Amino acid sequence: MTLATLPTRRDEAWRYADMDAVARLGVDALDQWQTIDVAAGESLTRCMVVGSDAPEVHRIRVQLGEGASAAFFVTNCGADYTRVEVEVRLAKGAHFEFGGVTIGGAGVTREFVTQVVHAEPEATSNQTVRAVHWAGATGNFLGEIKVARHAQKTDAAQDFKGLLLEAGASANAVPQLEIFADDVKCAHGATVGELDEAARFYMMARGVDPATAQRLLVQAFIGDAFVALEDEAERETLLDAALAALEGARL
Amino acid sequence: MLTITDLHARVGDKPILKGLTLHVPAGEVHAIMGPNGAGKSTLANVLGGKPGYEVTGGSVEFRGQDLLALEPHERAAAGLFLGFQYPVEIPGVSNVQFLREALNAQRKARGEEPLSGGDFLKLAKDKAALLKMDMEMLKRQVNVGFSGGEKKRAEMVQMGILDPAFAVLDETDSGLDIDALRIVGAGINSIMRSPDKAVLLITHYQRLLDVVAPDKVSILAGGRIVETGGPELALRLEAEGYDAVMA
Repeated sequence: MTLATLPTRRDEAWRYADMDAVARLGVDALDQWQTIDVAAGESLTRCMVVGSDAPEVHRIRVQLGEGASAAFFVTNCGADYTRVEVEVRLAKGAHFEFGGVTIGGAGVTREFVTQVVHAEPEATSNQTVRAVHWAGATGNFLGEIKVARHAQKTDAAQDFKGLLLEAGASANAVPQLEIFADDVKCAHGATVGELDEAARFYMMARGVDPATAQRLLVQAFIGDAFVALEDEAERETLLDAALAALEGARL
Repeated sequence: MLTITDLHARVGDKPILKGLTLHVPAGEVHAIMGPNGAGKSTLANVLGGKPGYEVTGGSVEFRGQDLLALEPHERAAAGLFLGFQYPVEIPGVSNVQFLREALNAQRKARGEEPLSGGDFLKLAKDKAALLKMDMEMLKRQVNVGFSGGEKKRAEMVQMGILDPAFAVLDETDSGLDIDALRIVGAGINSIMRSPDKAVLLITHYQRLLDVVAPDKVSILAGGRIVETGGPELALRLEAEGYDAVMA
């Protein structure tokens, strides 16, 4: 598909995007889709740290064969608008795992947009997104789950939590479920909150300085997104990138 | 070691401490008893520097420093330990990680070298054993899924590891069964009974004082210390109640 024109806010999947940054990127940049096919019974894990000081859009289309699995873990910590889009189509018994963290300040919008299509029976998917923002920044998770009419025994879950370190930052969660089968499990949850002040004081009362207390609490908060990642070194890389972005955040 | 002079503090608009004066020298275990709402927990929280507690008058001198001018973590580094009445759960952070960060932050603030991972684990194991706590529990998340008694024992393990000069223990005996009370009491004695340390022990009951024999007992009522005596004062309170003793 070629985009003749830039998307607008009226497009559901671009509702909270930074349209100025999108315009700076231009139509051609948006038309780049990476496609990944995972053959039946095969599995794939991909870890990404995305973001730079220019806008970035990463668009990935994944086909999962019967019993195949794909896992994506992403730290989205750009200093400009950064969007990661994943479209997945699951065949029978396939599994899709997504763990994402948006983190940052500086008034920037960072977002994940996923579309998970359970096209056949018995496939499972699990998405965990954590957003940590401050200084007028925004974190978005637009997650669409489609379950086809005959895709019975689908088990799909989506979990979003936002942590706002100060007033003026925001988090948007837009779960969208389209379910045409009747014997399925689809769970979704979204919460947005502030740092646990009781926990922070408890840590400080033991001698932990405020910056370290904040780092430990943020680390614990975003850790959920990477729990399903078994490779410890990769997990550390993703966490370190996220926590590096936390430097300079308001205490 | 700790000198509180004419301390006034409020929570929101409500004055709670109204001219509290108390001196606790090194080597002393000083029990604070008092009816509900007297300001015992407020005293503990003000000493710890908890946000939301506003000091409106008076002073607190701790080891020659103005305690009230310090941030909570600076108070800890200066040697103060606040034992929480309700220890906080911190999901996603293990006790080991938390306490190592805490101890090394304190050591750094005091200009000492950080403790290595191996040395820290050895220290943690010693202190856990003292409180008869399984080391496996220390590898778990801070207080998450701990029973009330386990949380209080974990507090004492923390105190053992951090080795403070002065401990303010706010109803550390609440929620403890008889055996756990003995273990916690023995832990307090072992960690804090020393000529160069001191304890402010806030409690409602004689039971803990049977194990941790206090040198002094003060009654806190209406936001001030209204009476100070020896251990016999606690026994009188237990026998006669606050109304009779304060009358």
